[in-house]
Amino acid sequence: MRHLIDPLDFSKQEINALLDLADSICADPAAYQEVANQKKLATLFYEPSTRTRLSFEAAMLNLGGHVLGFPSDNVSSAAKGESVADTIRTVSCYADIAAMRHPKEGAPLRASRYSRIPVINAGDGGHQHPTQTMTDLMTIRGRKGRLENLTIGLCGDLKFGRTVHSLIKTMARYEGIRFILISPSELRVPDYIVKDVLEAGGIPYREVLSLEEAMPELDILYMTRVQRERFFNEEDYIRLKDSYILTGKQMSLAKPDMAVLHPLPRVNEIALDVDDDPRAAYFQQVQNGVYVRMALIMTLLGLKDPKAEKEAN
Amino acid sequence: MLHIDEIQNGIVIDHIKAGTAIGLMGLLGIKQHTGASVALIQNARSNKAASGRKDIIKVEGEYSWLNLDVLAYLDPNITVTIIQDGKPVKKEKPQPPRRLVNIVRCHNPRCISSIEEECEQIFEMSSNGKYRCIYCEQELTVKPE
Repeated sequence: MRHLIDPLDFSKQEINALLDLADSICADPAAYQEVANQKKLATLFYEPSTRTRLSFEAAMLNLGGHVLGFPSDNVSSAAKGESVADTIRTVSCYADIAAMRHPKEGAPLRASRYSRIPVINAGDGGHQHPTQTMTDLMTIRGRKGRLENLTIGLCGDLKFGRTVHSLIKTMARYEGIRFILISPSELRVPDYIVKDVLEAGGIPYREVLSLEEAMPELDILYMTRVQRERFFNEEDYIRLKDSYILTGKQMSLAKPDMAVLHPLPRVNEIALDVDDDPRAAYFQQVQNGVYVRMALIMTLLGLKDPKAEKEAN
Repeated sequence: MLHIDEIQNGIVIDHIKAGTAIGLMGLLGIKQHTGASVALIQNARSNKAASGRKDIIKVEGEYSWLNLDVLAYLDPNITVTIIQDGKPVKKEKPQPPRRLVNIVRCHNPRCISSIEEECEQIFEMSSNGKYRCIYCEQELTVKPE
């Protein structure tokens, strides 16, 4: 049984197959509307979410399946102190696949060790967010036509930004990738990414403080929100929250075909005037998130691609 | 000079950093085996150690219950010698295990292992030779005293 806990759980070939399937769904969603008939997805969200939970639920509904679950820990037995291990053993009796978001790092991995159904990590604390990464990859591939030979700038909260960690881990496997890490010193990329991914893999990277300095070099700019909920100290959050704000003025420094991504939600780190810039790709990311999650549910449940079958015939 | 009889059958854990053997007793499982015949020698003279001192632990008799996996993680200089009929039959430096299970705790307050009931504490060796918690990937930096 396959799970998706860490973005590296899928090989490059598997990711390419997943993105191809997502593209195919995007081109003809109607062809997939009965693929998951009678299948049930459990969304186990111990932490609030708009996009990820709704896109998982939309994905399963689009496939003709059903959804059940809870949107926060205070409406589940977690409030009574039930362990993640016991919860997933229970949910395994009700559903065919589960997507779990949890504020504690490693909770979906813990769940997968006790589960009888595939578990998808829908974000664990400040650690990893592999389905957002698949969404990011679909968007990058759609915009740039490739996943190789790119200079990727990541900006903002690189310490607690789980989407950042997952994206770096995944993109580091592709040829010709260079990272520019733009953050205040307090929110630098964690040690395990720098040492085990970038330095161990000989991946070129540079840490800078200035967004303006990096802009002209970038093929992709990945903006992130400084996350209030990850700070133990409110003062630190207030001091750092406005470190980077992307405006139309800064966009004028960028390449004409650069793409701006953001996992959303945003607070104020991207000014509204950037939304109308054709290089803004973050709302397209949201749409892609549904297609990628449809493809992922199909892949983990081993559901056949009806279009591939037709073409074979 | 302090003299302790040689053991006939058992194991000698030698070249332990001076002053740390007492802290090792719990990790090795000795504290839990109160019936075991054990000698702890603290601050013995050493020609090899830079400080000129070392600790030694000797266990007489059956020793398969000892948790030797922890040794290489704690101190790469430690040696283990198996004694049979009063003679050393095997001497080796323990190799660092691929994973440490329930030997040390993850200190990341954001890690699931900090709140989950009955959650095993598991660290695996990463590509740079450091141990990382399998749940949160935080590097293990603090060695138990």
